[in-house]
Amino acid sequence: MSDLVIQIVDLTREYLMGAERVQALKGVSLEIARNEYVAIMGPSGSGKSTMMNMLGCLDTPTSGEYWLNGQEVSRMPDDALARVRNREIGFVFQTFNLLPRATALQNVELPLVYAGVGSRARRDRARSALERVGLGDRMDHKPNELSGGQRQRVAIARALVNEPSILLADEPTGNLDSATSAGVMRVFDRLQAQGQTIIVVTHEAEIAAHAARVVTLKDGRVANDARQERVQAA
Amino acid sequence: MPVFEAVRMAFSTLWSQKLKSFFSLIGVLIGVTFLIAVVSIVQGMNVYMEEEFANRLVGLNTFQLRRVPNMQMGNITEETWREWMRRPRINNQDASFVEAKLETPALFSRSCDENGRVTVGNRSAKGISLSVVDAPYFRIKNYEFSAGRPFTPQESRAGAAVAVIGAEVAEKLFPGVDPVGRSATVGTLPYRVIGVIQKQGTLFGFSMDKFVIMPFDSPARHQACRLRNMDELHVQSPSVGAMTAAVERTEELMRVRRRLRPNQADNFAIQTAEGALSGWRTISAVLFAALPGLVAISLVVGGIVIMNIMLMAVSERTREIGIRKALGAKRQDILAQFIIEAATISTLGALIGIGLGIGLAYLVKAVTPLPAAVAPWSIGVAVFLGVAVGMIAGVYPASRASRLDPIQALRTE
Repeated sequence: MSDLVIQIVDLTREYLMGAERVQALKGVSLEIARNEYVAIMGPSGSGKSTMMNMLGCLDTPTSGEYWLNGQEVSRMPDDALARVRNREIGFVFQTFNLLPRATALQNVELPLVYAGVGSRARRDRARSALERVGLGDRMDHKPNELSGGQRQRVAIARALVNEPSILLADEPTGNLDSATSAGVMRVFDRLQAQGQTIIVVTHEAEIAAHAARVVTLKDGRVANDARQERVQAA
Repeated sequence: MPVFEAVRMAFSTLWSQKLKSFFSLIGVLIGVTFLIAVVSIVQGMNVYMEEEFANRLVGLNTFQLRRVPNMQMGNITEETWREWMRRPRINNQDASFVEAKLETPALFSRSCDENGRVTVGNRSAKGISLSVVDAPYFRIKNYEFSAGRPFTPQESRAGAAVAVIGAEVAEKLFPGVDPVGRSATVGTLPYRVIGVIQKQGTLFGFSMDKFVIMPFDSPARHQACRLRNMDELHVQSPSVGAMTAAVERTEELMRVRRRLRPNQADNFAIQTAEGALSGWRTISAVLFAALPGLVAISLVVGGIVIMNIMLMAVSERTREIGIRKALGAKRQDILAQFIIEAATISTLGALIGIGLGIGLAYLVKAVTPLPAAVAPWSIGVAVFLGVAVGMIAGVYPASRASRLDPIQALRTE
């Protein structure tokens, strides 16, 4: 098997808006290798969000192929996609999307619950994931007892706990101040150094600067795909 | 996702919204409370009627030949009442006739009964049942003596002035002393107490120990029977099986004696424990027939409440559902989560209802003479109904939750 984690061939996605057909993606092809650090950029309306949903297996394409870690996921039924999301993808959202009534530890355990991991192994793995993001002392706090940066790190721990093929971050610093953002990006840089494949969807150039490769979307097509010198967070 | 995990999750959700959860389970709670309490009380009455009333008090192999029944449940029409009052009384000749002609071996005792006063020295008790009976009466009634002895056939025939008294009479009139051998005045005549019968307890709140029993031919007969010849003839056959034949034969004998034509109804009553129970059985059958309807109404209401609460929960927690789906929850995981949550609410309601129902049954037992016995099957039914109502009420909201699109769900605030 090649070292490609993602192989996308001529992917399109159409929506019906009333009677009108809207093409959000108009034939995107993209290959991402293991341990790459890719930023996906583009102005609003460029198809960035749709691309993010496709990559995250939350949505299926109208046509084209999407291979993720050797499986074709573009034609999978819902439950199979749920399984792929559970095993292959770690989501980090702009709004954190933690369960408000659950503790940090319980939040991180959640993907393992759906993976059918037993409670003891679950606890151990969630604990070590939280320790990896430096929150070993905040495990029993609920999200509202944590700062924004800490919440996002809980979300990162949750994304990592199943050892996914890709870490998929959607505007991960959109709700954070710049100092906290830098902290979160440091975590990403470190994870990439440890071998994690990372895809960040963002419109912020500063965030994209951390990536080794920037894919720019425009009007549902790849407008630019360039490698760049990485900026490392201080 | 394992069921245990879903139940744990349901509990933490319920616990975080205590008041709302409480209101959502109240419908099931009331239904189950009602079910348990009514079943317990009716069941308690059943046990009581069959064991205490029929078995001990009346005796399953005993019947009485009377003018009119004295244990009758339900309403009596005026017409029936007038017919009863026209009936001839049972007299000594009737009793002798039946006694002589009944082939099956049996014990017989005539009796009369009136309430009156008993005096001992300066103590006096009112409202005491004064009975005159024949000697076999004590065996028919299966009385146990706590002191002394029953009167003998000789004493009975001779009309000796002896008396057997109930436990309460003994306590009231002979406090702290052994009544046996002492004298008690019934009417104007002194009677020698020769026996005390063991405490019988109460029936529907009435003491069963306030009586004085004297020989049928003793002077007290004028007080117990007044102008009547006799009240009833007690007959005890050796076994329950032999009793049916004895009852039939007695009816036949009485009809012959009264010269009743085949189309004429009996103008006397043969009272059996079965007969006394049949009235109660009718009442309990009506209660048991009405119960499922009443319980069903409150459970349906409870189920609708839960369904509404769950629909609200699904729309309030749309984002949570989106998150769970994004993290790999399958459709059936979400379905199970919400169904189990609904079932947890209603099972909890059922469990609290069982507790309250049992409490209510015991409260009724404590403050009223009605007995109560919790029926184990009713608890099983209640738990089953609790789980079932919740699961059924949860299906629709859960299926809505499971069909949510994760992208849409994640976007909601």
